Amino acid sequence: MAGGASDTVVRTGRTSRFVIYTILTVFCIYYLLPLYVMVVNSLKPLDEIRGGGMLSLPQAWTLAPWSSAWSTAQIGVEATGLRPYFLNSILMVVPAVVISTLLGALNGYVLTKWRFRGDTIIFGLMLFGCFIPFQMVLIPMARMLGLMGLAGTVPGLVFVHLVYGIGFSTLYFRNYYAQFPTELVRAAMIDGAGFFKIFQRIMLPSSGPIAVVCIIWQFTNIWNDFLFGASFADFDSQPMTVALNNLVSSSTGVKEYNVHFAGAIMAALPTLLVYVVAGRFFVRGLMAGSVKG
Amino acid sequence: MGFLDIKKATKSYGAMQVLHETNISVEEGEFLVLVGPSGCGKSTLLNMIAGLEEVTSGEIAIRNQRMNEVRPADRNIAMVFQSYALYPNMNVAQNIAFGLEMHGVPKPKRDEAVRDVAELLQITQLLTRKPGQLSGGQRQRVAMGRALVRDPDVFLFDEPLSNLDAKLRVDMRTEIKKLHQKLGTTIVYVTHDQIEALTLSTRIAVMFGGHVQQLGTPKEIYDNPANMFVAGFMGSPSMNLFQAKIAVANGVPQAEFSLESGQIGVLPIVDPSVASHAGRSVILGIRPEAITDLDGADRNSKAIHTVKANVEITEPAGSDTFVVSAFGGTEITGRFRADVDVKPGDVFPFAVNMEKAVLFDPETEQRI
Amino acid sequence: MVQSVPSRQGPGDWLRSALPKLVLSPSLALVVIFVYGFIFFTFYLSMTDSRILPSFGYVGLENYEKLFRLRSWSIAVDNLFVFGGLYIVICCVLGLALAILLDQKIRAEGAIRTIYLYPMALSFIVTGTAWKWFLDPGIGLEAVVQGWGWESFTFDWIKNRQMAIYTIVIAAVWQTSGFVMAMFLAGLRGIDNEVLKAAQIDGASNWALYRRIVIPQLRPAFMSAFVVLAHMAIKSYDLVIALTNGGPGRATELPATFMYSYTFTRNQMGIGAASATIMLMTIAAIIVPYLWSELREKS
Repeated sequence: MAGGASDTVVRTGRTSRFVIYTILTVFCIYYLLPLYVMVVNSLKPLDEIRGGGMLSLPQAWTLAPWSSAWSTAQIGVEATGLRPYFLNSILMVVPAVVISTLLGALNGYVLTKWRFRGDTIIFGLMLFGCFIPFQMVLIPMARMLGLMGLAGTVPGLVFVHLVYGIGFSTLYFRNYYAQFPTELVRAAMIDGAGFFKIFQRIMLPSSGPIAVVCIIWQFTNIWNDFLFGASFADFDSQPMTVALNNLVSSSTGVKEYNVHFAGAIMAALPTLLVYVVAGRFFVRGLMAGSVKG
Repeated sequence: MGFLDIKKATKSYGAMQVLHETNISVEEGEFLVLVGPSGCGKSTLLNMIAGLEEVTSGEIAIRNQRMNEVRPADRNIAMVFQSYALYPNMNVAQNIAFGLEMHGVPKPKRDEAVRDVAELLQITQLLTRKPGQLSGGQRQRVAMGRALVRDPDVFLFDEPLSNLDAKLRVDMRTEIKKLHQKLGTTIVYVTHDQIEALTLSTRIAVMFGGHVQQLGTPKEIYDNPANMFVAGFMGSPSMNLFQAKIAVANGVPQAEFSLESGQIGVLPIVDPSVASHAGRSVILGIRPEAITDLDGADRNSKAIHTVKANVEITEPAGSDTFVVSAFGGTEITGRFRADVDVKPGDVFPFAVNMEKAVLFDPETEQRI
Repeated sequence: MVQSVPSRQGPGDWLRSALPKLVLSPSLALVVIFVYGFIFFTFYLSMTDSRILPSFGYVGLENYEKLFRLRSWSIAVDNLFVFGGLYIVICCVLGLALAILLDQKIRAEGAIRTIYLYPMALSFIVTGTAWKWFLDPGIGLEAVVQGWGWESFTFDWIKNRQMAIYTIVIAAVWQTSGFVMAMFLAGLRGIDNEVLKAAQIDGASNWALYRRIVIPQLRPAFMSAFVVLAHMAIKSYDLVIALTNGGPGRATELPATFMYSYTFTRNQMGIGAASATIMLMTIAAIIVPYLWSELREKS
């Protein structure tokens, strides 16, 4: 995205500028409101929420909902809090992101710099795999994980996310490497570098920006996944999203809204942090993924 | 057998043949330029020599060794690319040394070689910079350094000057020529710029439509173009080509052509054998510098003839004035001295040096 | 493009020329098995009498016939049309409007963009949780406004069978419209300013400028937005689970939730597989032409 590089030349008068800023501000409030609701209500006692004070700041500030959500809240049958599931998510996300990014880089390199007959078809097949409704693979995948001995385990989830992450990783790296001058690869060939040497010495050192984009994309997608987690995880291998949903929708006992909100923020925090820290790349990545096919 | 031999080489992509059977033999130390408009097959041929594109049929040989199946890295060639293709993540010294590193040359030797080349090209002070911090001319030098350091059998240049501005291009051209004279290496050089071709080369291959149209020294190409394409492509302003009819008067063949005034222009032809074409239409080719004002004509020529013709436009260009008229219904340009007093609308005697005139068959476009 | 150059025939050289394809092959194998093999498998299951476990008694199109006679499937499909239609239209209109407003040399554009976009980084489960309680009449918006003194104010859509599907739209639009805005903004930034200047010199008003010059040039962005939103709508699952869990009753059932419950809780695997196949075919009808045109342009 051309960060303000070429704004429109359209001119606007003072009144219309006032209206524009007002509208933009109203929508800022709209987008921030749920976040505000989550934050303030995670910091107040339950009775303040019940008393119709959802939009007010806490009168008695408290961190109790946070500690409850983290370590003592009832998830499913056990009162473990979200901590073990947070760990599951980390253990699931890191290997899946690293491996799918590496594979995507290699695939993108082959598909742009070592082209062969039919490469576009192969890329098309991989790309279509990104868009299928995953309901279509749930039944056979459950069986396959069983056959592989990975059913109900974190490595099983890693594998699933890896398989269905390859398409997007390949898309990112292919689009990026397509812009990468082929003459550089030719020069390196004449200089005597082989397939892997060119990748390692010429391509990889220039892949920083797209690697960041790809990692952010995969991280967000895999961290936020619910369907695979709900389908393939056992109680002790559930990721954060599934545990959060269990916490919120458990029908037994009192609804501890403040604990739910604290848990929701915990589930959102890693991706939100990544987004704030590397937001520019994130935007650019989304653009690359959707505007260019 | 030359040093670099291209024998019956062709290149096709599927059904499309982009390079027709080509034979060129390059001697050691020669500077061969492949020149032609874009899409003529010159870069394809260069890439085939480099091993970056497969040879469809025929053979490429260096030092009598068949190269078709040899990897680019093992052909002992070096290449300078149009974009320079400097590795953006490495500094200048690393860029130059990369090829040596890949060929397993030990570090101390690499450093020494890089130093020598940097000195030769006067880029020693740039060695620690990244390509992004260099100007176009400096990048060009680094790219040459990367090629030189390998001490290859053949240097390949792919339009190396086309990304430079006009002045730098002229300077670098001179430097490349100096370097060639100093090192005496064999060079194959691709360009679309005919002036580069004429100034740099020891021999030129003019290419068009996947065919080598003519292979020869710059002088041969310029003075004796083999066909109308070569005549029109080489030289700037390009050679005047206009229709004329051959007639014989007093046993001397002459070309007759229409003028704007309705009169017939007549120019006697030096070669008496042309008489056998009497009555036929031909294309007469005369370079602008062979059409001058009378005082500016070549004193050594024994065949200066004048044609009185209307001046349509004059284009003062500093050192010369180009004067445009129409011969045989076609615009022609003469190169007059700058201070000749000539205005549009004048009827002026154009002095034509017929020693430099060439004739083409209008059907085949080949030389007669 | 660099072509793989065949080298002197020897095992080492064969390996060298085959290397790129070898490197690609594990990924290709995974995709072929786990995407296309599985699609085929599920498609096959949809024509069997599978119940709690896959079984291979062939029943032809019976499951599809059953599926289309099921009340809950037709509710799910109707809901998808309501939800998907509103979701796509509102996201596009809102996204385009915000993008145009944000393209007027706005101060703090970067910050505003960040605010509009951050929901995209959240999990639908988080979004669902936040909106679930915010829209809950007992403690959320309704209670707050009543607390301010407007005693008769009611906003109970989430508990209302007729209106619940619109709460899904509200939350989904909140999550995605900023992203659509970013797509349009990128499209706006790609338009040649000289064309706009020329139109202004020709006397076009701002309104005419956008309607006649700018918006027609955003066609590719509209296409991309439509494809992305349509496929997200069809795949929508997490948000419904977190926000309403398909309820009240079956009021917010969508094909994705239908498939899951029929396959895994009601043990009607054949029918579940049939519904998944219908979802796939719908998405394919949108995605395949899009990918086809994109990839053909490039090569």
